[in-house]
Amino acid sequence: MEARPAPDAPRHPYGDALPLGSGPPPEHVAIEFREVYKAFGEKRILRGASMSIPKGTSAVVMGGSGTGKSVTIKHVVQLLQPDKGEVWVLGERVDELKQDAMDTLRLKIGYLFQSGALFDSMTVAENMGFVLERHTEKGERERRDRIMETLEWVNMTGSADQFPSELSGGQRKRAGLARSIILEPEIMLYDEPTTGLDPISVRTVSNLITRLRDERGITSITITHDLLCAEMISDHVYYLLDGVYAAEGTLDEVSASREPQIREFFGAEDAPLETGR
Amino acid sequence: MSARSTAPARPNFATAALARFGEFSTFVGRFFMRFWRPPYEWREVVRQMDEVGTKSFSLTAITGMSIGIVLAMQSRGTLERFGAEAVLPSMLALSIFKEIGPVITSLVLAGRIGAGIGAEIGSMRVTEQIDALEVASLKPFTYLVVTRVIACVVMFPILTAWTNTIAMTGGFLESYFVGGVDYRVFVDTAFSALRLTDLIFDTGKTAIFGFIVGIVSSYLGYNVRGGTREVGQAAMQSVVASSLLILLADVIVVWLSLMLLGAGD
Repeated sequence: MEARPAPDAPRHPYGDALPLGSGPPPEHVAIEFREVYKAFGEKRILRGASMSIPKGTSAVVMGGSGTGKSVTIKHVVQLLQPDKGEVWVLGERVDELKQDAMDTLRLKIGYLFQSGALFDSMTVAENMGFVLERHTEKGERERRDRIMETLEWVNMTGSADQFPSELSGGQRKRAGLARSIILEPEIMLYDEPTTGLDPISVRTVSNLITRLRDERGITSITITHDLLCAEMISDHVYYLLDGVYAAEGTLDEVSASREPQIREFFGAEDAPLETGR
Repeated sequence: MSARSTAPARPNFATAALARFGEFSTFVGRFFMRFWRPPYEWREVVRQMDEVGTKSFSLTAITGMSIGIVLAMQSRGTLERFGAEAVLPSMLALSIFKEIGPVITSLVLAGRIGAGIGAEIGSMRVTEQIDALEVASLKPFTYLVVTRVIACVVMFPILTAWTNTIAMTGGFLESYFVGGVDYRVFVDTAFSALRLTDLIFDTGKTAIFGFIVGIVSSYLGYNVRGGTREVGQAAMQSVVASSLLILLADVIVVWLSLMLLGAGD
């Protein structure tokens, strides 16, 4: 069964997550959160957050700093476990998966970290080869071809033998992206992919994210507060406020929310200057 | 003040220490569980052995030479007062092989290796490289922790044997130039006082010290939370905790060896 939709297949519309205990979500759903709660000590981050993301679409999670946006995607790969609620990914309940099953599922998921998280003792090509060598049967020549093909895709063939410390911020993000797609994942998670980049690099990285969806049918969740990036890549936007997705829809719909804190985030002229958050 | 405060109780020192000990014990247990299971990162083990071992040879050589020469110089005067300078080689051999060599080598390595492991793994944690290994199903615990601990366990005894040899050479050079002792006499006298079990046991015990340095430093680095300041603290704590635990473990190991092997009289 092919979980990834053909790039030109019609995309399912976004809908509500099923209630707790309903079993796996419908086939067309890639990721579903059902009333997820997460706290760190006394600090409650997620308070019943629910979302349902159809395959082949690009969801964007926005919100103020420290509201738990990154916490959301860490649940998808079990870097965090929910205190309560269900997390479903490609038909599997992630919060109940054992280590080996989770490792198998993780091979279908790519994760671009905010800093790129390249292994700094290895060159860009070695970073990618490290993943390929351990998860595929490819020989050295095949691995090198695959690495160069992927680097060409992110326009970084000239940096294959450079170390992460020799790269600019934008190059590091693109190298991190190349490493995360080397195994051809079905789902991509982007944590602040354009933070700290100049507008040209923002467009470059955002274009790559859009191409991954359009050309490869990759489902994605992007954490960002970069409006340019959100505008370029989003099919659906969730706004995280007080531990729940307080507003969702297209970027225009969310930015037109009547919630004062959301209006302030999007810089609405009638928004209060200080909300006390 | 209200009779029933709603503020959460702050854990006291004993509770926090117990929690930390429990966390560390779980980490050690995880090492033994992961140790047997694939993937076996042999290439990384060899790389770490090179990092721990090859790059420490000159440091431990200088340490050994210094110990041997100083010990011989200090002891000579005392032994001469009792007319017992002939036993100097035996005294050197016993001191170096049984105690000073293993402990000093391990403490020097705890400084170099412990700080390195704590800082390296800690900075990988704060820059999300460990998370990146985790989400790529690359089993970071095996790749980072198991390999480093194995490298320490294997290389500490080898480096100790090397340091002991250099220390004895230093002791001989002092005896040769100051006392005019022939090398055949020196070697005969030195090794007549040692049993093979002493050599094996006292050098082998540094595998335990290596395990301590590897696992403690990895634990402190792996659990860093925060930024560069916390990474620095983890590196420093790795050295302090490893050194103290080496000294504590030495007392226990020596006591056990005396119980099992006797004093050798």
